[in-house]
Amino acid sequence: MRFEYFQMIDRIVALDLGTRTVRSVCSVPQESTIFEGHFPSYPLMPGVLLLECMAQTCGWLVTSLNGFTAMPFLAGVKEAKFRTAVHPGDHLEFEGKVVHEGSGYAVAECRGRRQEQAVCDAQITFRVMSFPSPEFRKALVEWAERIEVPVKELIK
Amino acid sequence: MSATFDKVADIIAETCDIPRENIKPESHAINDLEIDSLDFLDIAFAIDKTFGIKLPLEQWTQEVNDGKATTDQYFVLQNLSDQIDKLIAAKGA
Repeated sequence: MRFEYFQMIDRIVALDLGTRTVRSVCSVPQESTIFEGHFPSYPLMPGVLLLECMAQTCGWLVTSLNGFTAMPFLAGVKEAKFRTAVHPGDHLEFEGKVVHEGSGYAVAECRGRRQEQAVCDAQITFRVMSFPSPEFRKALVEWAERIEVPVKELIK
Repeated sequence: MSATFDKVADIIAETCDIPRENIKPESHAINDLEIDSLDFLDIAFAIDKTFGIKLPLEQWTQEVNDGKATTDQYFVLQNLSDQIDKLIAAKGA
């Protein structure tokens, strides 16, 4: 997890296009300037960043489903819940499922866990749009390869 | 009024918190009911789920942008309901 680059997911450990499911893992850094403010002497991972973890997990799934032909942009969040505190050094796992692929949008559900403990969950809506530029797509593909998305098998 | 229109109107009322009595077949979703594109995603999701279809929003948007269709053709609610009926019929064919 690299807060400063907003790269929340360390690795995609499972991706199933048939069931439209994904599993990701990440480790919360031990140190970050974010923890200096959130909160002084009591570092907690902000809920909005847990939400970003869920969005990125499901976003990789949406992008994989369309073969890296279009980009999911976060458009809406429903029923987001942050069930327990997350601290520096915690190891998190996220499970996502695309529950609907519409025309130009997708809806996913995601939940986060620390070991077997529920951490967060939400329903997330994405607008799915063309990549703004070839460079953007290239950067996203390289990012996907870094976190072990099986890009070569997926790309169209 | 068609059963499809009634379901669509119920979805819009619930999704956008618009009084049901203000939603009429001749209402334009954007111009009259002031539904924005983000709320319309929620409506599309509910319509897709309710009717088991996939509203071709990207195609409609492209047609409007290209001047091949007007927004009235897709966003006046009676027309939207007719489009839904066509998609349901096509699915069953």
